[in-house]
Amino acid sequence: MTSEDKKSLELFSARMRRWVIEGVYNAKSGHPGGSLSCTDIICYLYNRVLNVNPENPSDPDRDRFVLSKGHCAPALYSALGLKGFFDVNEIKNLRKIGSFLQGHPCKAITPGIDMSTGSLGQGISTAVGMALAGKVDKKSYRVFSVLGDGEMQEGEVWEALMSAAHYKLDNICAFLDYNGLQIDGKVDDVMSLGDIEAKTKAFGWETVVIDGHNFDEIEGAVEKFKANQGSGKPFFVIAKTHKGKGVSFMTDDPSWHGCAPKEEQYNIAVEELDAKIKELEG
Amino acid sequence: MGKMATREAYGRTLQEIGSDEKIVVFDADLAGSTNTGRFKKDFPERFFDMGIAEANMVACAAGMATCGKIAFVSSFAMFATERACEQIRNSVCYPNLSVKVCASHAGITVGEDGASHQCLEDLSIMRSLPNMKVICPADAASARMAVKAAYENDGPFYVRLARLATDSVYGEFGEDVDFTLGKAHMVKDGTDVTIIACGYMVEQAVEALNILESEGISARLLDMHTIKPIDKEAVIKASKDTGCIVTCEEHSIIGGLGSAVAEVLVENAPCPMLRVGVKDVFGRSGTPAELMAYYHLTGADIAEKAKQAIALKK
Repeated sequence: MTSEDKKSLELFSARMRRWVIEGVYNAKSGHPGGSLSCTDIICYLYNRVLNVNPENPSDPDRDRFVLSKGHCAPALYSALGLKGFFDVNEIKNLRKIGSFLQGHPCKAITPGIDMSTGSLGQGISTAVGMALAGKVDKKSYRVFSVLGDGEMQEGEVWEALMSAAHYKLDNICAFLDYNGLQIDGKVDDVMSLGDIEAKTKAFGWETVVIDGHNFDEIEGAVEKFKANQGSGKPFFVIAKTHKGKGVSFMTDDPSWHGCAPKEEQYNIAVEELDAKIKELEG
Repeated sequence: MGKMATREAYGRTLQEIGSDEKIVVFDADLAGSTNTGRFKKDFPERFFDMGIAEANMVACAAGMATCGKIAFVSSFAMFATERACEQIRNSVCYPNLSVKVCASHAGITVGEDGASHQCLEDLSIMRSLPNMKVICPADAASARMAVKAAYENDGPFYVRLARLATDSVYGEFGEDVDFTLGKAHMVKDGTDVTIIACGYMVEQAVEALNILESEGISARLLDMHTIKPIDKEAVIKASKDTGCIVTCEEHSIIGGLGSAVAEVLVENAPCPMLRVGVKDVFGRSGTPAELMAYYHLTGADIAEKAKQAIALKK
């Protein structure tokens, strides 16, 4: 990846973060912390990986993306809006009556959303179903999904991991947004996940561990996934991230899991992100 | 005519329509019991055993459906509709996907396995989900038509199937019998009371009709195979024509057919109405016939309720 490539990804991420804050602030509710932790992963996928077209969002041959941690919809909406799936300004109406941008992704009414999610554990199962359909139809599309670390506590996730390995779905790549925090506090205090790398490997997945904010490492993981296709093993990326990344006072603070900034806080966040955008544009 | 269970009719119908490449079938380690094994035999490349993991099975089928597949999902009614209830709600009904939950071993006639396996709440739960259509066929011939209706119409369906082999009401399995989705089927016309039944209770109601006829009572019998959308016109007409109604279901009296009929009646054409069903209790082990008697679901029980309903008209 050239430094120019990296800079343009960083700029896209900064703009996504700016829209995350804009959406959640205007909605007066939502989930900024986790949205900001998975922003770089989603940014990379929509800019460098996914074969999707805003002009034809339901193309049967497109790559699929399922945000299994559906509460981080603001990050996904920001990527979709900036990519032209809809007018990005609609994010100002996030969660408002009449908007097609629901609190959690709604496939039926939002362009570019491949699956309705929000109830944790189900998204990864549906992604497995999409990957299975790809195998049945002998199509070359790939399926990507982003899970939360708290979400890994859902039993259904493990059912899904088991079934993807059983059906040898090497066309699916799941990212774990491992920010270590959930609503009630640290994941390790609420319900520890143990050795997630060993566990996913034991469930038959090829697993790598990366820094989820480092584009070189995200790219490296995706390249390994591509190289792994043909092996019959699904691919799992443990992406170590920071909740609230990009906004100083939100970083690594579980209290920003599910609450919106007040005006003063919004102004600070905007100032920080606008400065970052300006710096990258320069 | 020989007896056949509606679950067998389901498996045979999947074989009949299975050449459509859009069809995929999922099961959770019960392919022999639900009869999806018949489809597996003919179309193994489109059959997926998901193991004993119903939640993942349902959501996985939903993912398949987003890719243009018509996904049939089977297990026992107990596990399909209650273990995986929220997956049906959030991953199937909310995005309005073509996942057809065809679940067997519904009701009390599961028999000796007892309460843990006798699903008595499925109609109530499935009926309350937006976008979901609910069918409870009475016999093998109409079960075939129900499965075809689920196949031919987009969106989520719940088809309630039974373990027990039962007599035919409509005709021989395989005949294109008179079955219209959302329209009650009049088994027999009558003037004094209308009995509205679904599933195995239609056969019991036929027996009730014989008892009532021997006592000079003329009863109309409707097979309300489609619980949702319910045939409002038929219910209103029954109220106006016969002045009282008895509903019969092999299901809890809470939330199922009786409730659906009552909802239509109170808002449109109130009349005396009584319900035959399992009275807010769990089942127990026993033979199907013993259980039908124990829970007062027999033809004689229905006939008795019909007479009570007629008395309420005065």
